[in-house]
Amino acid sequence: MSSTLSENQGPETGTARVKRGMAEQLKGGVIMDVVTPEQAKIAEDAGAVAVMALERVPADIRKDGGVARMSDPDMIEGIIDAVSIPVMAKSRIGHFVEAQVLQSLGVDYIDESEVLTPADEVNHSDKWAFTTPFVCGATNLGEALRRIAEGAAMIRSKGEAGTGNVVEAVRHLRQIKNEIARLRGYDNNELYAAAKELRAPYELVKEVAGLGKLPVVLFSAGGVATPADAALMRQLGAEGVFVGSGIFKSGDPAKRAAAIVKATTFYDDPKIVADASRNLGEAMVGINCDTLPEAERYANRGW
Amino acid sequence: MSDALVIGVLALQGDVREHLVALAAAGAVARPVRRPEELAEVDGLVIPGGESTTISKLAVLFGLMEPLRARVRDGMPVYGTCAGMIMLADKILDPRSGQETVGGIDMIVRRNAFGRQNESFEAAVDVKGVAGDPVEGVFIRAPWVESVGAGAEVLAEHGGHIVAVRQGNVLATSFHPELTGDHRVHALFADLVRARRTAESL
Repeated sequence: MSSTLSENQGPETGTARVKRGMAEQLKGGVIMDVVTPEQAKIAEDAGAVAVMALERVPADIRKDGGVARMSDPDMIEGIIDAVSIPVMAKSRIGHFVEAQVLQSLGVDYIDESEVLTPADEVNHSDKWAFTTPFVCGATNLGEALRRIAEGAAMIRSKGEAGTGNVVEAVRHLRQIKNEIARLRGYDNNELYAAAKELRAPYELVKEVAGLGKLPVVLFSAGGVATPADAALMRQLGAEGVFVGSGIFKSGDPAKRAAAIVKATTFYDDPKIVADASRNLGEAMVGINCDTLPEAERYANRGW
Repeated sequence: MSDALVIGVLALQGDVREHLVALAAAGAVARPVRRPEELAEVDGLVIPGGESTTISKLAVLFGLMEPLRARVRDGMPVYGTCAGMIMLADKILDPRSGQETVGGIDMIVRRNAFGRQNESFEAAVDVKGVAGDPVEGVFIRAPWVESVGAGAEVLAEHGGHIVAVRQGNVLATSFHPELTGDHRVHALFADLVRARRTAESL
């Protein structure tokens, strides 16, 4: 977009502040996985702050097996046209061409996601090279900081997508928060060794130690299925939640979606969370994560 | 009533924390507002950036829309950024079905007028009433103001579009001063709140 001449200096797109600032606007909100324009409208009507457009929700990717890839551009554009809230879409880890395609489609955020089959088992995409901001998953602080070093403008704890089981989401968010708290107590001498241990750039480690939080927004993902799950993640320190299969794999998606939105805003008010939890119909059928074979654990993808 | 200036931030969804920090830096006691009884205790209110459809829905759902309208009618100072600007417009050009606003400024806004996220940008903006260097404007899927009524004063434009407006005690910007660490716009708003409180106590 080239603005006309004015007394103002020229506008600058794709800056870190614009990318990270976009995620700040999503805080306190719920981002929902959708596979059709109709689902996107249901999500928007329920109060979602954004939708994640994909061909199959993680529960179906698990069931179907095979290689999971970026969605069809027609399908993504159909969803972009259907709603006015931001639309995100997933690229495979390290598949920077899928990311280029998603940027060209005009999605508002790219999720370089472990839910899809990784395209590169060593490298993630260089996210600084894009105007479109990226969100990436992390299971611990070092992983989060490596993604931020690569240009991620938002982090989500990974959890275990498509299980309807919040246990891994809790584990990963606690891990990240605990490691940040530990850094807070370190003196300057200790931060160099901490950076080495975390396998993350010293400058970022120092920044986190000073801020007491990540320099980008931190959401939670992977296993949220109920209003209480969403409120739990918020109370544990997530600034918002992604809900994947949990909504549209349940008995009454519109009602459950609205209920999770309410519980995410009033996460610290048990009466409201209780009201939101009433008569929601069937929740998605969950999977016990300790029976999942290693190869089927998406959280292990990414390095 | 204590002497401290209490300014709330509507905390249904959005970048609440950044506004709380900016308001504290501007000398106010800043606190989140999610319930009608919390709204009743503040001298002024910020409606943050976020998703205007989400904020509007939650405000209706949790019984805040009418109390908000009543307090704005009553002269409580309010400042809205981005989604907050949309909430303070008397009219939205392209509302989602059922999207309600609080209103307070006689203007028509266009949502996401500057484009999607790839078109989001930073630019220097001269804001009337803010002395010194231009404000660093961070525009994120930002709205602009299509037109204002006679009672509204245009405070800033960018690229020929209105991006900051004031009508009485109601202030709105398309951009996000809370993301920059420059708290001059929040100080301007805090002054409005202070003046209103002084006038009330006379």
